[in-house]
Amino acid sequence: MTSASLAHSATPDAPNYYDDLIKLFVIAAAFWGLAGFLAGDYIAWQLAFPALNLDLEWTTFGRLRPLHTSAVIFAFGGNILLGSSFYVVQRTCRASLFGGAGLGTFIFWGYQAFIVLAATGYLLGISQGKEYAEPEWYVDLWLTIVWVAYLVAFAGTIIKRKEPHIYVANWFYLAFIITIAMLHLVNNASVPVSLSGTKSYIVWAGVQDAMTQWWYGHNAVGFFLTAGFLGMMYYFVPKQADRPVYSYRLSVIHFWALSFLYIWAGPHHLHYTALPDWVQTLGMTFSVMLWMPSWGGMINGLMTLSGAWHKLRTDPVLRFMVASVGFYGMSTFEGPLMSVKVVNSLSHYTDWTIGHVHSGALGWNALISFGVLYFLVPKLWKRERLYSLRLVNMHFWISTIGIVLYITAMWVSGIMQGLMWRTYDSLGFLQYSFIETVEAMHPYYIIRAIGGLLFVIGALIMIYNLYKTAKGDLRDEAPMGANTAPLAAR
Amino acid sequence: MDMTTLVELARSLWVVWLMAVFLGIVFWAYRPKNKERFEEDAKIIFKHDKNGGPAHG
Amino acid sequence: MQAKLEKNVILLAIATLITVSIGGLVQLVPLYTMESTIEKVDGVRPYSPLELAGRNIYVREGCYLCHSQMIRPFRDEVERYGHYSLAAESMYDHPFQWGSKRTGPDLARVGGKYSNDWHVAHLTDPRQVVPESIMPGYPFLVEKPLYFDDIAAHMETLRIVGTPYTDEQIANALADLRAQANPETVDPEAMQARYPKAVAADFDGKTMITEMDALVAYLQVMGTMVDTTSYQPNSDGR
Repeated sequence: MTSASLAHSATPDAPNYYDDLIKLFVIAAAFWGLAGFLAGDYIAWQLAFPALNLDLEWTTFGRLRPLHTSAVIFAFGGNILLGSSFYVVQRTCRASLFGGAGLGTFIFWGYQAFIVLAATGYLLGISQGKEYAEPEWYVDLWLTIVWVAYLVAFAGTIIKRKEPHIYVANWFYLAFIITIAMLHLVNNASVPVSLSGTKSYIVWAGVQDAMTQWWYGHNAVGFFLTAGFLGMMYYFVPKQADRPVYSYRLSVIHFWALSFLYIWAGPHHLHYTALPDWVQTLGMTFSVMLWMPSWGGMINGLMTLSGAWHKLRTDPVLRFMVASVGFYGMSTFEGPLMSVKVVNSLSHYTDWTIGHVHSGALGWNALISFGVLYFLVPKLWKRERLYSLRLVNMHFWISTIGIVLYITAMWVSGIMQGLMWRTYDSLGFLQYSFIETVEAMHPYYIIRAIGGLLFVIGALIMIYNLYKTAKGDLRDEAPMGANTAPLAAR
Repeated sequence: MDMTTLVELARSLWVVWLMAVFLGIVFWAYRPKNKERFEEDAKIIFKHDKNGGPAHG
Repeated sequence: MQAKLEKNVILLAIATLITVSIGGLVQLVPLYTMESTIEKVDGVRPYSPLELAGRNIYVREGCYLCHSQMIRPFRDEVERYGHYSLAAESMYDHPFQWGSKRTGPDLARVGGKYSNDWHVAHLTDPRQVVPESIMPGYPFLVEKPLYFDDIAAHMETLRIVGTPYTDEQIANALADLRAQANPETVDPEAMQARYPKAVAADFDGKTMITEMDALVAYLQVMGTMVDTTSYQPNSDGR
């Protein structure tokens, strides 16, 4: 907390929000976002042109892929979640952050240390070998400490609030923090070979480890990438649209239904495997039921704009947020569909899954994160407005085209490969060898990598725009929508 | 109560539990008495603006 | 009560924790307590020291990100890869490596399908053997000596988490590892008595024991432990 921001406290009862801390999270999110997108696009090109693996042990797909997933989920997504949750909880509670700048600074740097420890480990080949839970035991322990500090700061702020009611966005953030803690502790339970070494063995084995892993893995999606980001939706979409959420009552039901149903859906990652049938069926049933609260939430987010749709024409930041909610609806429809066993028998093990993940990750998580970054930077740096709304608009279209290229390429390649694997010739033999199905993927891998490249370019445009905004520059440009609507209409 | 009995209990009662809690929440959320209060709660996000919170120029 | 809930963060947190715990209790815990989770079959044994070292390289290099180890019970998969995978076959896998994506083919039963020389050539330069392959090359594996001084400590750790290594197996860990990688200088008979069906060979033809030796030893045992021709699924099974 600097003296400069202290001086801004206008009224005596207004608390001092620790906004310098949130600036750090914003900068970190932009930095790790770009790093994660670049790593992702690089490995996308590796699948099209394997020479890019460079025959070096540090640069193979197998080591860079965890780097990509961790960078985008835990580094980019994590910093956005931590930063935005601190922003939202202070304001909706009208209280300053519990633990003050000291605890907040520890959480920030502690979390960055977790990212760096995990990432350097991947390049050196230090991995637990569990998807989205690759960091080894010492990194897991460190994250546990940071996470407890995060829970204390967040819940402590709620306890000292001046607002009687806890705003629903905070429920979602709280569920995210608590559930991730539970998942992290159970899934990563392991015994190190030696306290001075990096290698450990997971206590779970085989089929039990598989179930534990996908209970974790699916709920990392459910609570890290969904509940936490819904917390963002319930604050920033109404704020940017300047009207309260469509139905607060629906948000209450959304919260409890989502929390209850999501946790059961993990086994759909293990259809037709050696996991007992009853667990698979249970997982499928809950995955299909999950469609209802997901669309309830989507409708709640979109309908917040009812009567204010015209704002989309002039406000590209709001457009980012609304498009993200649309992608949320799309991928939460596709997800239950793919969890149906007969569909899954085709889609599993193929690129369809990769496309599905990215329609959620790029379309929902990243687009709403961009919207939140565009919202936060002028506020935190106390600027009148963004440097350029035209550049925001350009970013919006470039990334949207990139996402469409990505997911359509993966639909085609995934379904094609799934069908090729099961095609028989007229004599009753398998028609295609495995390598023929790999060859057939080549053009789609190139299209996908181009889509990813567009997404990277969009992120670069955003970072330039945010940098100029923070610096205090204003681009001289025609206002958005000026060509189509008279000034008075805005 | 050991783990096995706890698991048995959860396995047999989860459907009842789900329905009871869900209906309770729906009742609570859509009770006419609570309508106004929820509409007020939805406006919490705009309150700190008026209070002159530091980050809102 | 619910009005209290929305005003008390501790209650809200506890209610959330209960809500998200039910699913885990119902789905996870029975897998550990129900005997039918893992079918009884003969032949599955803990990995030999060299295979274990190889498996750790498989994990280290992230092979699971492109190769599954789980054959589903479909006609095309069984014809392409072999008998569908049984839960018992990964009962000593810490962690499991079933995977979620087949950018490359399933490896659950790759053991014995290709020669040792093929594996060494393929891992060193995949496109020399399969021109259309998009797998990364791993030429460094033949260059790197395998570090195995602490292999007994690895086995002891695995014993803590439930792998039934015997005292004899742990005491002979180093000797067994050398015997499997250098069967011409050390008689592998005692090793193979402790680890039936372990493939003993100087896999890459180099005098030192390399990471390539270990990885190929692991690949060659995959899916070979169980005699699937004698496996009878019971009615309440998978």
